[in-house]
Amino acid sequence: MLVDVGYFALLLVLAATVYAAALAVAGARLNEPGWVESARRALLGAALLLTLSSICLLILLAGNRFDLEFIATVTSRAMPLYLKLTAWWGGQAGSLHFWAWLLSSFGAAAMLRDWRQERAALPYVIAILAGTLAFFVSLVVFVDNPFARLWQSAATGEVTVAMFPPPGALAFAPLDGRGLNPLLRHPGMIIHPPLLYLGFVAFVVPFAFAMAALITGRFDAGWIRSTRRWTLAGWLFLSLGLLLGGRWAYDVLGWGGYWGWDPVENAALMPWLTGTALLHSAVVQERRGLLKRWNLTLVILTYGLVIFGTFLSRSGVISSVHAFAQSAIGPLFFAFIAITLLGSLGLLWRGWDGLADEQPREGWFSREGAFLLNNYLFLGLTVSVFWGTVYPMLSEAVTGSQITVGPPYYRQVTGPLFAALVLLMGIAPLLAWRQASARRLGAALCLPLAAALMVMFGLAVAGLTSLGGLFGYGLVSLVGLSTVLEYGRGAQARCRATGEGWPKALVRLITRSRRRYGGYAIHLGVVLIALGVIGTTFFQIETQGRLAPGESLTIGRYTLTYIGLDEALAPDDRIVTTATVDVAERGTRLARLYPHRDLYVRSGQPMTIAGLHSDLAGDVYVILADWEELSSAGATFKVYVNPLINFIWLGGAVFVLGTLIAAWPERRRAVARSVAAPPAHRAPE
Amino acid sequence: MHRHLYPAVATALIFLGLALSVVAQEGPSDDDVNRVARQMVCPVCEGIPLDVCTTEACSQWRAEIRAQLAAGHSDEEIKAEFVRQYGERVLALPLAAGFTLGVWVLPPLALVLGGLGLWAYLRRPRTSEPAGLSPVADPAALAEIEREVRERL
Repeated sequence: MLVDVGYFALLLVLAATVYAAALAVAGARLNEPGWVESARRALLGAALLLTLSSICLLILLAGNRFDLEFIATVTSRAMPLYLKLTAWWGGQAGSLHFWAWLLSSFGAAAMLRDWRQERAALPYVIAILAGTLAFFVSLVVFVDNPFARLWQSAATGEVTVAMFPPPGALAFAPLDGRGLNPLLRHPGMIIHPPLLYLGFVAFVVPFAFAMAALITGRFDAGWIRSTRRWTLAGWLFLSLGLLLGGRWAYDVLGWGGYWGWDPVENAALMPWLTGTALLHSAVVQERRGLLKRWNLTLVILTYGLVIFGTFLSRSGVISSVHAFAQSAIGPLFFAFIAITLLGSLGLLWRGWDGLADEQPREGWFSREGAFLLNNYLFLGLTVSVFWGTVYPMLSEAVTGSQITVGPPYYRQVTGPLFAALVLLMGIAPLLAWRQASARRLGAALCLPLAAALMVMFGLAVAGLTSLGGLFGYGLVSLVGLSTVLEYGRGAQARCRATGEGWPKALVRLITRSRRRYGGYAIHLGVVLIALGVIGTTFFQIETQGRLAPGESLTIGRYTLTYIGLDEALAPDDRIVTTATVDVAERGTRLARLYPHRDLYVRSGQPMTIAGLHSDLAGDVYVILADWEELSSAGATFKVYVNPLINFIWLGGAVFVLGTLIAAWPERRRAVARSVAAPPAHRAPE
Repeated sequence: MHRHLYPAVATALIFLGLALSVVAQEGPSDDDVNRVARQMVCPVCEGIPLDVCTTEACSQWRAEIRAQLAAGHSDEEIKAEFVRQYGERVLALPLAAGFTLGVWVLPPLALVLGGLGLWAYLRRPRTSEPAGLSPVADPAALAEIEREVRERL
């Protein structure tokens, strides 16, 4: 019953989205506002129906309904309830269903906003949201259906997967399911995919508004203003997803690292890169009426990369070009990406002349120039990451031979670009719009530059020999101090002007211009993250060795002593082999660690959980690599020392806080004032 | 050299050889193996570095690396041997040769082309505007822009 309700709700969603898209466009063309309103309600209805379908699927997931193929693959009786529910996005069919549900919810939220100011755009926003939703729902309905059941042929005993009973077949339900992939049972992996999907889906909304603006010929910054918060929300979710993904990899994969330049990671990084570029260049359009074509290109690119990212992680194309051809999902995604890209670029081309710059451009040495350089670097990064990600597929398709583009490639190609971006981040906020003053820039940079040189000198004297590390720390000091001084200068000016005390002035400064100072907080977060990245990139050390109980191993200033080994059977069907290790720093005992290897008996999959000693100076990360089964006389440990790595997570928190400050709605009073301001200070509406 | 020194030198050489062979039997350390393995990827899992992969196939490969190191092969020779046996996909860093050269060429090329585009955009002659008057600062100019946009709809 629930299976049928869930599935038929999906069919109705498909019908409703097609209806909404068609009626919205027809209503706009034939000037029938009633039709557009009906289309809007259809999209709201689609969200409700998809929610109903989701509730059905969740109840089925919780209820061990192993007659459904999807549920039999991702859950098992032994799994706790929360894992059964979150298995919704643990497999392909479910995660597409989940994607569609998120998109429908975001679409509904967009439909419920106040449309009085933008009536002309509404039909096209409906059409694009409904069109994208229709695509994903049709994938769920026709290609990868989570409600599909298992059937056993009465004659041959063969088990097949189908929505409706094949002739001569009876319903088949295994006694237990296979259970969720153990790697996905970590809290990080439970929250990480929804965050990434939220980010992906939120970027569909700015795209819909931008396309509506192009179709209706509203070439001003209206679409940017209407969707700024959507873009920021998408960006925040993507950032959080990337951070949590990194933390998950660090905790669960046992590589001693947090980012592996894996195609699926890259798939999430690319829209983040173009989205970051868009957030910056949108400011130029709002302030100066420049870069309209470029911003539209960026939003199209981001949307394309969102769909491409879902395609990469869902089509099997990564493992092999041949796997891509085996499932219908890959070619369908490919066609959808091609159609939407061509369509939206066509619209951009049609409106090209109307999208010229409103004001004369200024030279390099201005805030605009810095924003352009920022975009150039972000796009350079996107192209490099994209190329590295698709090249193995291209190579396999063209020459038939598989190649690997691994982390060393990305480090070499993207490293200089990231460094240039960090430098720009320190300088750009000091440049004035239109024409910056070299003298003022020099004065503002004097102190940070001196501090950076002192840091580099001090580190060199202390014996730091890595050139990359020296420059990295110098760069981070320069940019960090220059950003902190920006707060200082602002607060000082407020103190003088209003007579407020320092703390009050600082708080007021931030709350009065949240976008600017929230943005600087994000920059500070990036500086902290960079500190951690430099520490782990240039100064990570590792060693591996076999120890008998009581023996020790030395790495850097740490000594590890192997105490013993213990094996136990955990209730959720896994054998846990735990080593006990003492960590000492220069003779002083720091902690007792328990690195363990879990073997999931049913799937035969091992999972390596590191023993971790963390402080601000860095982590000692101990992996139980191997051991002798019978005697437990010796075990092999792999040990990493990751200097400053915790600054990455700390910086992540500052980053998120900054984004929240920047996205927080301005107070009503501030809005009223800006409306009352003479048009001279406002970009044309 | 005096003749009677020959037996002494020969004996010393033999002992030195024995001593060296004992050192060689100590074999390469885990860190040596990982140094080579880090530059390669797992043959069965997608893109997992060979030094950290926990599969059986990978530990066999690491054993193979250890054997080759013990036989006195250099890192480069070992990598070349693996490429000969299993193809280029074992290398974490793609070769800059043949079709694979493309992966190295495009990013710098894109940066150069993008840089040229940026330069062209910023150097194009500025549209002539009345000096000292920003069009946005002028309500009349603003209305003009509005009208122009509307006309193009």
